[in-house]
Amino acid sequence: MSLFLIAALPFLGAVFPALLIRAGRNASASAAGLTTFLAFVGLMLHAPAVFRGEVIQVGVDWLPALGLNANFFLDGLGFLFATMILGIGLLIILYARFYLSREDPMGQFYTYLLLFQGAMVGIVLSDNILLLLVFWELTSLSSFLLIGYWKHLPEGRQGARMALAVTGSGGLAMIGGMMILGHIAGSYDLSVILQNKDLIQASPLYLPALILILLGCFTKSAQFPFHFWLPHAMAAPTPVSAYLHSATMVKAGLFLMARLWPVLAGTPEWFYIVATTGLVTMLLGAVIALFKDDLKALLAFSTVSHLGLITMLLGFGTKIAAVTAVFHIINHATFKAALFMSAGIVDHEAHTRDIKRLGGLRHLMPVTATLAIVASLSMAGIPPFNGFLSKEMMLEETVHTLWGGSHYVVPALALVAALFSAAYSFRFIGHVFLGKTRDDYPAKPHDPGFGMWAGPALLITLVILIGLFSAKLAGPLVAVAAGAVIGGAELPYYSLKLWHGLTPALYMSAVAVIGGLILLKMHAPLMRAWNAAPRPEAKQIFDAVMRTLTKLSQIVTDGLHNGAITRYAFLMMLFIIGISYYAYSTGTVATPTRDVQAIGAIPAIAWFCLVVATLAVVAKHRQRQLSLVLIGVVGLVVSLGFNYLSAPDLALTQLSVEVVTMVLLLLALNFMPKDSPVEAPMWVRLRDGGIAVVGGLGAAALIYALMLRDFALPSISEFHLANSYKGGGGTNVVNVILVDFRGYDTFGEIIVLGIAALVIYALTEAVLGTRVRAYLLNRKPDMPQAGDAHPMMMVVATRVMMPLALMVAAYIFFRGHNLPGGGFIAGLIAAIALLMQYMASGFSWASERQRMFYHGTIGSGVLIAAATGLGSWFSGSPFLTSAFGYLHWAPLEEFEWATAALFDLGVFLAVVGAVLLALESLARFAWQPGISSEHAMDINPARDDAAEAAEGEA
Amino acid sequence: MSMTFLNIEFLVASAVGLLTAAGIYLILRRRTFPVILGLSLLTYGVNIFLFASGRLMVNAPPILNKYAEVPYTDPLPQALVLTAIVISFGMTAVVVMIALAAYLSARDDKIDMPHHPEDEGEDA
Repeated sequence: MSLFLIAALPFLGAVFPALLIRAGRNASASAAGLTTFLAFVGLMLHAPAVFRGEVIQVGVDWLPALGLNANFFLDGLGFLFATMILGIGLLIILYARFYLSREDPMGQFYTYLLLFQGAMVGIVLSDNILLLLVFWELTSLSSFLLIGYWKHLPEGRQGARMALAVTGSGGLAMIGGMMILGHIAGSYDLSVILQNKDLIQASPLYLPALILILLGCFTKSAQFPFHFWLPHAMAAPTPVSAYLHSATMVKAGLFLMARLWPVLAGTPEWFYIVATTGLVTMLLGAVIALFKDDLKALLAFSTVSHLGLITMLLGFGTKIAAVTAVFHIINHATFKAALFMSAGIVDHEAHTRDIKRLGGLRHLMPVTATLAIVASLSMAGIPPFNGFLSKEMMLEETVHTLWGGSHYVVPALALVAALFSAAYSFRFIGHVFLGKTRDDYPAKPHDPGFGMWAGPALLITLVILIGLFSAKLAGPLVAVAAGAVIGGAELPYYSLKLWHGLTPALYMSAVAVIGGLILLKMHAPLMRAWNAAPRPEAKQIFDAVMRTLTKLSQIVTDGLHNGAITRYAFLMMLFIIGISYYAYSTGTVATPTRDVQAIGAIPAIAWFCLVVATLAVVAKHRQRQLSLVLIGVVGLVVSLGFNYLSAPDLALTQLSVEVVTMVLLLLALNFMPKDSPVEAPMWVRLRDGGIAVVGGLGAAALIYALMLRDFALPSISEFHLANSYKGGGGTNVVNVILVDFRGYDTFGEIIVLGIAALVIYALTEAVLGTRVRAYLLNRKPDMPQAGDAHPMMMVVATRVMMPLALMVAAYIFFRGHNLPGGGFIAGLIAAIALLMQYMASGFSWASERQRMFYHGTIGSGVLIAAATGLGSWFSGSPFLTSAFGYLHWAPLEEFEWATAALFDLGVFLAVVGAVLLALESLARFAWQPGISSEHAMDINPARDDAAEAAEGEA
Repeated sequence: MSMTFLNIEFLVASAVGLLTAAGIYLILRRRTFPVILGLSLLTYGVNIFLFASGRLMVNAPPILNKYAEVPYTDPLPQALVLTAIVISFGMTAVVVMIALAAYLSARDDKIDMPHHPEDEGEDA
């Protein structure tokens, strides 16, 4: 199975549990299980190749310009992790089916779980560090969903937030580190990076990259001082904890350290940062774990401790330590997943996880007790279980490690950690399963059904078998995985077996076990001392830090973003003027190359009208209706100017848009105050005036300078002029650009226009759904009414004009390809034709008589345009390539057909629909009871006929 | 320059400047309606600016003439500005609608939000 498919399967499968939950919990769980199983089988098909030492690679260039390629590869290390992720995932899916109660939304759970699983598989299979980062962030996000799965529990939400904050900020640091790493190596592909050890370690950027990447790894793998999120994540349902904290999430950091081990490890910096952090974490986690009464908290800190152990081994930087790390990763995943699931079973059956309330469970739940005891013994490092093997190898390594010139620091502290580790493992056995049976459990505990203990049982079988037959069972996997970690170098000599003879490590193990038993005996007084001792509470510190950060960002945000939009606009203008000045003062200005052109008297008069109207708008802007009339004058002159300056298409468009905009503004003004009061003090108005004058002068100077100079570089306009007829089949170059050369832009534009109209419609719906509706229904006009809302003259005139206007629209539409016109302008004219009916005869009367569904009009316009574009695929051309030809019909002149016309039809429909939907929405505000009339005019012309008829009858 | 200011370039540039200045001034007002007017004026200014960046020509529309070799003005800015005109109509319509909805809901057409003391609330 392709690696693409293995990585994609969990994501694809994530849809099904959520959908299938309607068919029942079993269907949902089966869908999740089947997906995982398929991916697992797909992975196993690669097993022979991986064990032969091959590296399987697939890849496609995704965004090569950024160095981001969708490359995957599978080597021993990736295989080991993927096996754990998918294998333990399968067991967790089974376990969760029986663990979750009827009230829990199981479909959601499996969907989140699969998303998380996919992200994890993505991390371990990525061959590109940018791709890896994407999956890395995905694990942070999907684990947030999983940890906060019990949304009703505040601890769940807080734990999820804390995990996201810590791992997310670590991820942020890691992005920086990975960028630097890729920069040094000159490639973002792992397989390239891994070949460049010397280059990377010699770089001055090595240390920053190392620190940033390690921040990502340490936060993810809960290393001191970021370990505190992991215990709080225990608020999640136990299947989540078992999955995230045994085999997956927290192992991601270890995975990455192992993955980058060949290029990052081996330097003193690596040793002191990684090994020390690991050692401290191991010790701290083990000590705290002993004093936790909550089963899951105990396991959480024990996980922290074991993660520290593995980190420390990776930090040693020796090959044999790397082998040990890999071996312990396997062992820890097996016994810790089993322990979490056992703890979950105890919680599920006894309804408590408090060790103080438990004890003596071995008689009540023998199966669970057996599984948990074996797993705990393995965790304590008791032979013949697998935990003993790797722990002993670890102790052996510490003996050979020199820290700060001392031979004793590392082994001594590791021994203390091992001692505490044994102690809390014994406590897990002694205080939960051994001892006297009690009669005050919150619920009567008994063994669960097979489905729930099947998963842990399988893992425990592995714990025992790996312990007994380590070389046979785990040997090959350890060999290929460790081989990958140390970068293909020859593996050092090691042997995975129980008896190595009387080595220092064996003595240390013995001391740890005996010391652990003694510690457990002294647990009660120790616990009292622990509780009495002052110690920093991580959650309080974290909350305080978060509060401070929130405060800070509030201060910054509120300071900058205080809701005074006027101020934003003011600052923006200042800024624009500032950077313009900077650009001007640092740039060079060429000498003018073009002459100015003389102008006639009439255009100069038009210009004068524009100046006067604009100044009048500013002066009279408080009288809103007057300013609308004045701004209409401005728009008109602008249209005339376009026409004068050889832009007939622009003139037509501007003119028709002007009409529609005016109607729109008038409609809105109907409901708004008709005057603006004087609010700003004089100095503010003067200040704004100053800014405005500077901005205006700048814009004028810039465009004046531009117009007096030729293009600095050749323009692409020549291409359009040359190819418009040959390639696009039209002589109106502007229209050909719109529907052909830049058809994709136009396509986007009609979609934007459609969305704008839909937004207006949605806003109208929303506003009319509130108490605003009552206000509008009872609203009294704030100005004297005409008394003749639908004048007869206007009704008659607009009715006559309607077919004419539509004819003009059709004419403009059809000639658009060769002469000024086109879909936009035709659409606006058609919309105005319909609009006139609304204005003359009233909204109610008109809307009853037209059957157009504007949403559909917009949609069909966009679809027609899209279909035209897709049509070009059939001839093997890219999207929106147009075709055209000429037809001869005897009575008619030669005429042209072009697919571009069909595209323009789409534009036409979208424009008509959007304009009318927007205006219709606004008009709906005006509806009041009694406003509808069955007649188009206030005076019914038929009344005379009726009167005559009545007379005739009489 | 011995010529008077009566030339196309100067008039267009001064119109751009005036529309921009008037637009900026009105955008800095405190009620929605003048701000909308200001946006419209600024739109005119920007559109003419873009249009003029193709340099100005009289009597040279970019409509190909099959029968004679004639000069054509630059069609590209025209196509861009045509799009800009339609899009700015859409934008104006949405802004007008938002202004109207805000006025009807709050019975107030100030564009600055009243300043509330921050209510601190952390979900516990």
